[in-house]
Amino acid sequence: MTAAPLNVDAVRVGLESNGYLADEGLATVVFLGLSLERPLLLEGEAGVGKTEVARALARWTGGELIRLQCYEGIDAAQAVYEWDYSRQLLHLRAAEASGSQIIEDELYSERFLVRRPLLAAIDHPGPTPPVLLIDEVDRADDEFEAFLLEILSDYTITVPELGTRHATRPPRVVLTSNRTRDVHDALKRRCLYHWIDHPSFELELAIVRLRAPEVSDGLAREVATAVAVLRDLDLYKPPGVAETIDWAQALGRLGEDHVDARAARATFGTVVKYREDRARAEDAVEEIVAAAAAGRG
Amino acid sequence: MADAAHIPVAFGRALRESGIDVTAADSINYARALNAVGLADRNHVYWAGRATLVRDPQDIDVYDRTFGELFDGGPPAPTTAESAVDLIVAYDTPPDGHEHDAPSSGEDPVSGTPVVTVRWSRAETLRHRDFASLSGEELDEARTLMADIRFAGAARRSRRRHETRARRRPDLRGTVRTALRHGGEPIRRSYTAPTRRARRLVLLCDVSGSMEPYTRALLRFVHAIVVARRSVEVFTVGTRLTRITPALTSRDPDAALRAAATQVPDLGGGTRLGEGLRSFNDQWGTRGTARGAIVVVVSDGWDRGDPDLLGSEMARLRRIAHRVVWVNPLKAGEGYAPLARGMAAALPSVDDFVEGHSLAALEDLVRVIERTGT
Repeated sequence: MTAAPLNVDAVRVGLESNGYLADEGLATVVFLGLSLERPLLLEGEAGVGKTEVARALARWTGGELIRLQCYEGIDAAQAVYEWDYSRQLLHLRAAEASGSQIIEDELYSERFLVRRPLLAAIDHPGPTPPVLLIDEVDRADDEFEAFLLEILSDYTITVPELGTRHATRPPRVVLTSNRTRDVHDALKRRCLYHWIDHPSFELELAIVRLRAPEVSDGLAREVATAVAVLRDLDLYKPPGVAETIDWAQALGRLGEDHVDARAARATFGTVVKYREDRARAEDAVEEIVAAAAAGRG
Repeated sequence: MADAAHIPVAFGRALRESGIDVTAADSINYARALNAVGLADRNHVYWAGRATLVRDPQDIDVYDRTFGELFDGGPPAPTTAESAVDLIVAYDTPPDGHEHDAPSSGEDPVSGTPVVTVRWSRAETLRHRDFASLSGEELDEARTLMADIRFAGAARRSRRRHETRARRRPDLRGTVRTALRHGGEPIRRSYTAPTRRARRLVLLCDVSGSMEPYTRALLRFVHAIVVARRSVEVFTVGTRLTRITPALTSRDPDAALRAAATQVPDLGGGTRLGEGLRSFNDQWGTRGTARGAIVVVVSDGWDRGDPDLLGSEMARLRRIAHRVVWVNPLKAGEGYAPLARGMAAALPSVDDFVEGHSLAALEDLVRVIERTGT
């Protein structure tokens, strides 16, 4: 991160130079998260770039990216810390063999502590605070959410055998959710909330140019236009920005310079991921190609 | 509207009046956010509020309107009825040309099984019907169910583990703890086995006019399930999809049903099951709500929408759900055959097809749900 004064525009520029084009809303929320030191909760359709925000933020700030992927049944042993039991057992046996006395404190010391993402983020040596990405928090169960709330409230974790760990500088926290269930209100209250929408045409075009620089300007325009048509087709899973980038890259790699019917059919697999959606896209291929050609301008 | 300390308070109050749940703590956060972004740029003021005061994408419209009204001196907010503007008016005519009364079945003078009548509704009626205002035997019937409904529910293996005597996976943590108690000697080895957790249960209830004789009793039943179990999601399907789980969490059944009734605009209206299922699959199902879950569809299968759509959406649901149960109150009727086009289209994707017309039938349903565990 540069020494420039932190404001919304600096955030936008900072993210952009690290491969993420944020609209004003997202830039404002990220700025507020940084300056108020509060976690961000990002929701939105799959593929709009929720996780990518955390990556770009880490690259920009120079903080280490620590990622916790949530799943049903995740618990403290996988999220916070665990003791290295095999090593503890070995240590016990070794002590036994040499006839020395075992002191419990010895077994529960830093040596045998396995730091999982949450403890690693709180206990981070610094100096730059890490970026803690808590991905798909809606997949974890509500007990875990309550636990998370506790940690995010005061950035403190207590390991009974070692005492309380307090973050010297709170990590920058990004939570993402796909809304498979409502995240608890208390957790939402703790966070700054932002719903990431599909980007506008111009923004999406700029994203494709940034992320697939090898693709010609004309092709990028065609792809962005074609994706806009696909999103209107009433698909099961309308393509996200991630798919737009994939499609542009695939066409570029195949040496195509236009979205024509043949090229589109050959590469639909990068944008539509359901058999039914694919059938719908194939039916509309003429419309897509015509729009793409017009979109080239 | 110029005073910096005044803005968060006034805006918070306006949002509360529009139905967004803004607490004092939220207003304080907004004040802090405004302090950070400054008041010079309208968009910054807007986005600072979006980040601190809005927690649900459904509230964004209301937020935008209230913001416009307060800060841009925009037109007065349209009344809340605005949300009803995009409604489809569906008219229901029976395929064979008869005006009314599709099959009337299941009338049994001996056992006193409720009379089954199916009506096509002529139009979507967005009436705010009060479930609780319709009293009757159904209500008592459902009330007695409360005692029986506390079933354990179907379980699945969880990733969490618990300690066990049986020799399953070695538990190093437990072994170390025990060893320490015995002076460092690992004499006893511990083991763990996976715990079991209740499978998610998803209920999709048809609330169209043709289901009306059953709606109240079935919703009572559904409420009993929500109260008894964790991880249950309830949706109503008529001409649109509505999630009513939050409304049903009140323990008092009357209060819960009243709360649900206010949220379901298409109660007693027409049926578009295919479109309702499509919305469910798109917005909830495939994202995870229905994955590995037991999905129970409560409907008579009389559908005014496209049967092909219903068939393909049921197939899609079947591919992600653990099990799909269809509860059809008409099934009890003598000589019932799934002739309703919607029902016929849905059946190939249904694992269990059960009745739902009486207390006994609902008890059967509970057994089906319990059986479909693991």
